[in-house]
Amino acid sequence: MIDYDKFLNKSVKSIKPSGIRKFFDIANEMDDVISLSIGEPDFQTPWHIRDEGIRTLEKGRTWYSPNRGFSELCEEISKYYKRRFNVEYNAKTQTLVSVGGSEAIDLAFRTIVEEGDEVIIPEPSFVCYEPLAVMAGGTSVIINTKNEDNFRLKADDLRNAITPKTKMVVLPFPNNPTGAIMERKDLEEVAEVIIENDLIVLSDEIYSELTYGGLEHVSIASLPGMYERTIVINGFSKSYAMTGWRLGYALGPEPIITQMVKLHQYGIMSAPTTAQYAAIEALKNGDRDVVKMRDEYDMRRRLVVDSFNAMGLTCFEPLGAFYVFPCIKSTGLTSEEFCTRLIIEKHVAVVPGTAFGECGEGFVRVSYSYSIKHLRTALERIGEFLKELN
Amino acid sequence: MDKLLKLLSTNSEFTTAEIATMLGEPEDYIKAQIKEYESKGIIKGYQAVVNWEEVEDSYVEALIELKVTPKKETGFDEMAEHCMAFDEVESVYLMAGGYDFALIVRGETMQEIAMFVAKKLSTMDGVVSTGTHFMLRRYKDRGMTLTNSEEFKDRRSLIL
Repeated sequence: MIDYDKFLNKSVKSIKPSGIRKFFDIANEMDDVISLSIGEPDFQTPWHIRDEGIRTLEKGRTWYSPNRGFSELCEEISKYYKRRFNVEYNAKTQTLVSVGGSEAIDLAFRTIVEEGDEVIIPEPSFVCYEPLAVMAGGTSVIINTKNEDNFRLKADDLRNAITPKTKMVVLPFPNNPTGAIMERKDLEEVAEVIIENDLIVLSDEIYSELTYGGLEHVSIASLPGMYERTIVINGFSKSYAMTGWRLGYALGPEPIITQMVKLHQYGIMSAPTTAQYAAIEALKNGDRDVVKMRDEYDMRRRLVVDSFNAMGLTCFEPLGAFYVFPCIKSTGLTSEEFCTRLIIEKHVAVVPGTAFGECGEGFVRVSYSYSIKHLRTALERIGEFLKELN
Repeated sequence: MDKLLKLLSTNSEFTTAEIATMLGEPEDYIKAQIKEYESKGIIKGYQAVVNWEEVEDSYVEALIELKVTPKKETGFDEMAEHCMAFDEVESVYLMAGGYDFALIVRGETMQEIAMFVAKKLSTMDGVVSTGTHFMLRRYKDRGMTLTNSEEFKDRRSLIL
């Protein structure tokens, strides 16, 4: 009998499987589950974008792209960041097209982090940062963002987390799972600390187009002194409903991107070709689709936030992404108990806040990436659940 | 586009409280706004989109092309009014292109519609010619999918 334990990498073994997974497994075993747990758009990729993918397939354009992505796509990405967020990147030297935002996050950690370096990660946040930082040799230092701060990262908390070993700060805003955003003044305060301590920022802006309340997403790279120390991660999944196409990108200072391209080149070669052609179409002619989807999410957001508050599960107003993060402490249950009982008793699936960090205790993540009809039914069932609890 | 009208035109079964929440406006304002649209005739009514094929064995719709000679004084309007007066006629559109009016006509059988065209429409003063196209199946109507196709199931996977 072969002893796999002997062969398996200790760091990999030490990584915990995602906490979201467990609830999906329970949900999968029931057939009439109403889920509010999925973290991807319910919209189909707009037809003109799909059509462009099909057209290039028909023409047989199925070869590898250049390692860093088609130059036309890099150009369009560069124009887009200038147009939307007023940050300029050289399409030839400062952009890298990746397999989803996730690959770019992994590359950024592996390019910057070395054994013993500390990476600051605000939580609750998406589940990938900590394991990827650890696999790159780093140690994660968690900052717990708070409900009373609307889950924004505060400069003081950041300052307190910094040690001489700190090298990098992750800025996951707009945030999954809380829906929190960072406005310009919040970023300015944080930027001051980052510059003072000479750190690199990984700014995961994948939800940037889903910013509400009449506000516009601000990229920290647009602030004075931050451009040269920020790696921006973004992609097509959330803004253009293109999750399955697996396409993201990294933007940053040339010396960093150059090293990231090397890793990408050897590990991945290049991002999917068909997806890249479709993405060019998305950036050229997709602005209207983005607005349309955002408006639709915005209506759902208001409806869901209002419903939770009316049910007595207080919920700060999330201004980004497509999640709400209601507080369930008033029920006396833990997040995990709440979610388990809700799915068993009412067949509604939401994700415990603890899946996104310990400080998510007392909260649950609710995705509103569903039709209003679906949301209403789910909310009704949650309402019944709460009544029966009392 | 007016967000309230857009919302109501895609789905009119929301309560005014829900609409107010979704649009971030006070409910009283929404109520007043709807009342105003109704009194001005901007909102003409509220109808269910019915998938008739599912409930009726005898349900036929046809699109009728009509070429006409416009009247000197009243142009196309008088002709349109004549067409509108028939209960069989669901919709009347003035068109640019190969013909002048497009009519949606509803009946119980193809024969009934054919006879309506032959007896009532073709014989109208000013009608030059007609063309009748029977609808075989409605896939999408007023923005709604009518087929119970597998295509529209939530196929998203449960991942991270």
